[in-house]
Amino acid sequence: MERVAVIGVGQTRYERGKRETFSELVFEVATKALEDAGIDITKIDNIVSISSDFWDGRTISSMAIQDAAGAYGKDITTVEGDGTFGVLYGMMRILSGSFGVTLVVSHHKGTESSMNGITNTSFDPLVERKLGLDAVSSSALQARRYMSKYGILEEQSALVSVKNHGNAKRNPLAMLPMDITVEDVMNSRMLATPLKKLDCSPVTDGACAMVLAAEREAKKLTTLAKRVWLKGVGHCTDAYRLGDRDLADTRALKKAANKAYEMAGVGPADIDLVEVYDAFSYMELMWLEGLGFCDDGMAAEHMERGLFDFDGKMPVNASGGRLSANPVQVAGLAEMAECVLQLRGEAGDRQVERAGIALAHGINGMCGQAHCVWVLGK
Amino acid sequence: MGNRVGVIGVGQTHHAAKRLDASGVELIAEAVTRALDDAELTIDQIDAVVIGNMDHFENINYVDMWATDGLGSFMKPVFKVTTGGTTGTTVGMCGYYHAASGLFDVVLAVGWEKNSESDTQAAIATCANPVLERDPFAGAIGPLATEYSMYMKAYGATEEDAALVATRDRNNALNNPYAHNRMACTVEDVMSSPMLSYPIKFLDMCPRSDGACAVIFASEEKAKRLCPRPAWVHASVVRHDYTHFGDLEWQWMPTLERGSAAAYKIAGITDPLKQFDVAELYLPASTCGVKWMDSLWFCDKGGAPELIRKNTFGMDGVLPINPSGGVISTNPIGATALIRVGEAAWQIMGKAGDRQVPDVNKALATGFGGCSWSDIMILGADLP
Repeated sequence: MERVAVIGVGQTRYERGKRETFSELVFEVATKALEDAGIDITKIDNIVSISSDFWDGRTISSMAIQDAAGAYGKDITTVEGDGTFGVLYGMMRILSGSFGVTLVVSHHKGTESSMNGITNTSFDPLVERKLGLDAVSSSALQARRYMSKYGILEEQSALVSVKNHGNAKRNPLAMLPMDITVEDVMNSRMLATPLKKLDCSPVTDGACAMVLAAEREAKKLTTLAKRVWLKGVGHCTDAYRLGDRDLADTRALKKAANKAYEMAGVGPADIDLVEVYDAFSYMELMWLEGLGFCDDGMAAEHMERGLFDFDGKMPVNASGGRLSANPVQVAGLAEMAECVLQLRGEAGDRQVERAGIALAHGINGMCGQAHCVWVLGK
Repeated sequence: MGNRVGVIGVGQTHHAAKRLDASGVELIAEAVTRALDDAELTIDQIDAVVIGNMDHFENINYVDMWATDGLGSFMKPVFKVTTGGTTGTTVGMCGYYHAASGLFDVVLAVGWEKNSESDTQAAIATCANPVLERDPFAGAIGPLATEYSMYMKAYGATEEDAALVATRDRNNALNNPYAHNRMACTVEDVMSSPMLSYPIKFLDMCPRSDGACAVIFASEEKAKRLCPRPAWVHASVVRHDYTHFGDLEWQWMPTLERGSAAAYKIAGITDPLKQFDVAELYLPASTCGVKWMDSLWFCDKGGAPELIRKNTFGMDGVLPINPSGGVISTNPIGATALIRVGEAAWQIMGKAGDRQVPDVNKALATGFGGCSWSDIMILGADLP
């Protein structure tokens, strides 16, 4: 199978209350990604946008940004969901043999949206939606189930938030760099027990773009230093209704991760750094277990020992994670951009040493119903 | 053009204005089950799933997650693609690229819509820029009325030409048991139907339907093993225009012209009128069935009215268009363009029942949507 490389990435700063329009955000990151790759828009033969009519409040949400993505007269399509799924479709289009260079671009303005209302519409309209469930309250159910199943304490989960906000201090793009303690997390306002404000990711605006290229094109267009290879990918979906799942079970993630590892020919022990989808602090623990970095229920202990710290054995969310900036559809794409920068050795103050293989992970749906796992390498 | 992929199964619901007997997930299950039956597969043989619809119609976020039970996608790979009116072809193409990538062998592509649960025109209106264009271009009819008015003025086409297209498609639908509107219809019926937005009248325009469509794509090796006569994908092309309606060319259809030219080149089509045996086109109004024929290279610019008047595109004409009855007979929006692909595939597979065109070797399917975007798929009985 032909290999596909990431040859350029571009990101906005992630922040609250951006004044730019959707198309201005997209134009900014598309331009940056092309500059990073050292190519112009004429080299792009197809575009995958990642957007959501719900978050944009606009039907056919990709219509608003197609000019900014340079899509005039080109083949463009739209994935709705996390950015990791958009990269997957971008890679498929190249592997099919139909395209050589794909621009993947995603935008999100959380501050113009209603998180509660929009995530409430993810639930079954007849029963669960009427209960008022949204991303926070459903995740609270999952957190409670996970904590009770494995005896995890809220204080252990709070450690994730302390670590990630601390990591964000080294990342100029992150929105919430903070020096906080477990007590600060425990004393922050309760949103849905057991989730407190500092256990939850913030409302964020931002955009990210990535240029993918077939091996033959990547070698023509860029230098070795710019190329990062997409080595393995897997995605998988669990049951829809919360009541049809054991919310502490990560079977869909395990299946997706195994597929990604198998395709890349690596295992969890080979991974040098990880960006996981920590929309809530407990999720980082659960997903690390599902990804095979430790046994189920054991991530909190490893977290306490500092295994996942920036200077630990396997740094997790060195960028500051989603807890420090969560532009929803953009989030997984931003994770992958972070992995690319780390693998190239361009991650500045947050550079992880000896970064050779990285893992990025995105989710779709409520409580991680679907997962997409990527293995990237130099 | 990349790796070879064939369509090996198609299923669709019986479409209607209101399918009160079925929820959205049940409509999806109906189409998926029928596609599996058509391909003689079980859900266990499906490696990956892709789905699409338009969010604001049913107000369900993460449809790919919500539809798990209907899709049979439990513990399988699935994601969602969506591009407005072209969603159906976007889903079909995504199914094609899944299989062509080598990552998956047998892929289920599903489009659906339950318009009876939506305020369709209000939802469509929000595609336009909220400050500049949402008022004048609210809904789907206005832009289509504008473009045909300009075409009539430029080339002498008439309202009756559009009515001829409407009667063709509506009478064809009588042969299609799945069609939503099945009505015998004359030019006089169309001309005397209520005016919606000059020159488009009620019987010129598509309805809103409840329905779903599922198409199964398979990689070359699997398609050959699983299906006696797959419909091979010969070309898959999308072309977009500008974002603002005011920036578009209105006297012809640039995206269709460029997209079909690119697709014809890939598939080796030099004389589309002769080389295609059948076409299933996303014509949201009968007026498009006149104007857009120029842009599909069937004739020079302005030549379409003469072709229409000569019955070039009737069931017994040179190139039968929309044997299924087309979009003005059936329009579950997220499924509409996928139905074009599915019907074209059935024509090649010889499974189109009473609407079968004899000896189909090459078929054209299109999608339309967004800000005058065009999708083109070419299917063939021979390997590409």
